[in-house]
Amino acid sequence: MPRLALTTNYAVAHAAKDSDVDVVAAYPITPSTPAAEKLAEFVANGEMDAEYIHVESEHSAASALVGASATGARAFTVTASQGLIYMSEVLYIASGLRLPMVLGVASRALSAPLSIWGDMHDIASLRDAGLMIYFVSSAQEAYDTVIQAFKVAEDPRVHLPAIVDYDGFVLSHVTEPVETIEREEVLKYIPKSITWNVLNPKKPISIGTVGDPDYYYEFKYQQQVAMENALKVAEEADREFERMFGRGYGIIEPYRMDDAEIAMIAYGAHAGTARVAVDKAREKGIKVGLVRLRLWRPFPSEQLKKLLEGISVVGVLDRAMALGGPLQGPVALDVGTLIATRMPDVRLVSFTIGIGQRDVRVEDLVRVAEMLDEISKGKEIPMKTIPIGLRE
Amino acid sequence: MSMTKLPGWRELPEGAVVRDVGNTETIDVSGWRVFKPVIIDEKCTRCRLCWIYCPDGAILEVVDEKARMGKRYEVDYMHCKGCGICWRECPVNAIEWVPEER
Repeated sequence: MPRLALTTNYAVAHAAKDSDVDVVAAYPITPSTPAAEKLAEFVANGEMDAEYIHVESEHSAASALVGASATGARAFTVTASQGLIYMSEVLYIASGLRLPMVLGVASRALSAPLSIWGDMHDIASLRDAGLMIYFVSSAQEAYDTVIQAFKVAEDPRVHLPAIVDYDGFVLSHVTEPVETIEREEVLKYIPKSITWNVLNPKKPISIGTVGDPDYYYEFKYQQQVAMENALKVAEEADREFERMFGRGYGIIEPYRMDDAEIAMIAYGAHAGTARVAVDKAREKGIKVGLVRLRLWRPFPSEQLKKLLEGISVVGVLDRAMALGGPLQGPVALDVGTLIATRMPDVRLVSFTIGIGQRDVRVEDLVRVAEMLDEISKGKEIPMKTIPIGLRE
Repeated sequence: MSMTKLPGWRELPEGAVVRDVGNTETIDVSGWRVFKPVIIDEKCTRCRLCWIYCPDGAILEVVDEKARMGKRYEVDYMHCKGCGICWRECPVNAIEWVPEER
């Protein structure tokens, strides 16, 4: 296994190359541009046997991938922010057509005001689009997860597009050591096998059909069932990856949860910051643990419920704001639903962090742990999301 | 809404694909119409414009030795959606535009 110094952008491009992707269609947008450039370089210098389609927009990039995937090609793109939401119309279609393409998303804030910096407003807007959404916390994990995402997306029980989301700049532009895997080895894990419905002149089918009121509902329900299946398939894929390559993550990752009384839930790069904060808070005698969410869609309700057994207060650290919602944190809303329906004894506190790449310091998250501790000891629970790092 | 029992979600093909391609011929679209074209054969000059312009191939050219010039034109009412293009294009007003009454 070659060990390379790669940014997460480059790691994602290497993963697509090593997955023997057939078609890339990409339009540059900060902070994902270096990944698109690296893929172009791989194709240009012959390291990657793929068609690289130079499109005029992200909408076209996603459309080209729909076409490619509908012919049975392994299709991949990278984007971020405005580019992702410009793709969104087509991404709903890719999911409805059950095409297993994979996207790397270097998450970035949405305009206005214009911000090229990182947060997760872009990915949050795709919560209900019918794509699987992975959050990763390192360049290595991004590399591994792109490969896993193809495995899950192409599984006949799933057949859904998947997004591997990594924080813009905080991950996308940070160089880390990454162990890559030889293509032949990767292809033993994800052999090329077309199991989804594809266009073939010898066996013609129509795709992109109309679903009238007699039919639409049934097809949407099929997508939901595929999402439910994806949860189990993602766990299997992760375990098989670990068996073959020695690295596994789970779809949800506990840290110091065994004897924890209160917990934080975080995702993406800031889960790393939260880990350090947990250690610091533990030194102060606060029995806090951390749950890192690696898969957001489908939402791992059962797995999270198991980890939260016996926890009195849980704080969710969100990097996007669901404006006007009962709480602003998109993941907090999901955790709130789990708690309301299944774990009425757990209390939920919602926090927003890192909006528009506002710095998230370890001491900020230690303060979060302290707040959760105070609430567990009887302090009144705030009914609103607490904005960490906001100036009054 | 159809009267027959429709397939459940387990029975339908993934991604709403249609495997029996070319099935348009068996689908009755007459319910789309509000007006229907009615060809007045006596006025028809056999110019063929309705046949050319019909977007659904719902104007049929029928070979008939007994007909004037050996052919006549008929509307395939199962596939005519009532768009009115034939009626608009006919240069001799040989097509009438009649309200559908059901």
